Amino acid sequence: MRTIRIGSGAGYSGDRIEPAIELAEKGGIDYLVFECLGERTIALAQQARMKDPRGGYDPLLAARMRAVLPICHAKKIRIVTNMGAANPVAAAEATRDIARALGLKGFRIAAVTGDDVLAAAKEADVTLEDGGTINALGNRVVSANAYIGAKPIADALAGGADIVITGRAADPALFLGPFVHEFGWAMDDWNALGRGTLAGHLLECAGQVTGGYFADPGIKDMPDLARLGFPIGEVSEDGELVVTKVEGSGGCVTPATVKEQLLYEIHDPTKYFQPDVIADFSEVRVEEIGRDRVRVTGGRGAAKTGLLKTSVGYVDSFVGEGQISYAGPGAVARGKLALDIVRERLALTGVAMSESRFDLIGVNALHGDERARRAEPYEVRVRVVGRTDSLAEATRIGNEVETLYTNGPAGGGGAWKSAREIVAVASALVLESAAQAKLTVLEA
Amino acid sequence: MKLRALAHSRTGDKGNISNISVIAYRDEDYPFLCEHVTAARVKEHFREIVTGDVTRYELPAISALNFVLKGTLGGGVTRSLALDAHGKGLSSALLDLDLRERADAG
Repeated sequence: MRTIRIGSGAGYSGDRIEPAIELAEKGGIDYLVFECLGERTIALAQQARMKDPRGGYDPLLAARMRAVLPICHAKKIRIVTNMGAANPVAAAEATRDIARALGLKGFRIAAVTGDDVLAAAKEADVTLEDGGTINALGNRVVSANAYIGAKPIADALAGGADIVITGRAADPALFLGPFVHEFGWAMDDWNALGRGTLAGHLLECAGQVTGGYFADPGIKDMPDLARLGFPIGEVSEDGELVVTKVEGSGGCVTPATVKEQLLYEIHDPTKYFQPDVIADFSEVRVEEIGRDRVRVTGGRGAAKTGLLKTSVGYVDSFVGEGQISYAGPGAVARGKLALDIVRERLALTGVAMSESRFDLIGVNALHGDERARRAEPYEVRVRVVGRTDSLAEATRIGNEVETLYTNGPAGGGGAWKSAREIVAVASALVLESAAQAKLTVLEA
Repeated sequence: MKLRALAHSRTGDKGNISNISVIAYRDEDYPFLCEHVTAARVKEHFREIVTGDVTRYELPAISALNFVLKGTLGGGVTRSLALDAHGKGLSSALLDLDLRERADAG
């Protein structure tokens, strides 16, 4: 039975680059996938594109492409990535220019567009998951991008693309596209699509399946995380998967690392909604078949819904924040006094906040007061954060923390402040017909 | 005994919903986890944090439970004021859950 080897070269936009180089050089892979597009990143990228029509794609695209293109060219490794973000065509042009500058000839680069469904979402006035509709947000709406599926990626590969650059595609679809192309899976072979989605889901966060985000010293140790190897999926024509990594790289692939990633960001395991299929992970089995080799079987699928999840980006609010640290005997009491002072100052000076938090980092910032009744920490960090309607108002929050230097409790140090606009994302559903995929092919 | 002795865990986030896996180190502990780590106990454990329903899904093929906690991430990851907006640390908080000693402990 035919098998392909697919490497996962990034689990988020800022991820390490050397593990991708290692995969290309030593992984014996046919495909290298870079998943770099977070839920909010697409909305921020749309804002960047509005300011610069040539921008709006991943800021690390050039660095990643320069690092791997020469190796992928020599070894005939095809690349699939969502680094196109809000501007896949500009990302493809930038990639072509890098290839030319490196003297690499014969690359075919395909940009996949069609995920921008803002006009259709407004036309239909789609409902947002937490209530309200897109048009109720008025001119605060920044973007609406649908999660598109594997078909246009498979089509681009069938057309001979060596590099496929998408915008908002479903993360597992970046992997499913190559499987559909290589194995000729029908787009209504739900079990095959479900198994391919399972493989994509396990691989898409890169190091999170090879031992990253796993270590708990003394309980579950993990070797050599500074040189963590990224995963390779060996996928066969029937959708069976073996997860492995480059020999000698850091981390491990074990049933435990695979199980943790299997359930990452999953709700009902019988219904993992994707643009191409409803994948069912509920009867998946994992089995160690060798050192850093785990076989995954039992994925299934059911007919897709015909609806696409869509991320609606909108300007939500402004957030101001300030922090300052206290240490030594009485640190917690001085931190609490600092919080009380800032709370009173914000009221006295009339800073209008719709929501706020007064945290002591090291005591209660993460999980509340109930878990805080433990031994006194040596140091604490005061954190005050509030939501406002303007940047000017948000700025006043951090200022009231900073002035604790000369007006607050003894020994406050390391003050820091910020004020920022918040572009939030709400989810909606659109009919799949709203997203008409289009390929733009460039030659290097 | 803490849950941490029997299971490992990872948190994921989508919008204002957090999911927390609980994966038995040993398959033989899975029935004990099913019995004692209920949706109601998890909701109680996170009563300061979770504002919505807690649902439990069972995955016997991998000896794991998956908890889905609604209304957990300060209104949603992209607008939350929380230091850990993704709720990444909730898995560690869940492993701090107290369990009664098992008769067959050891």
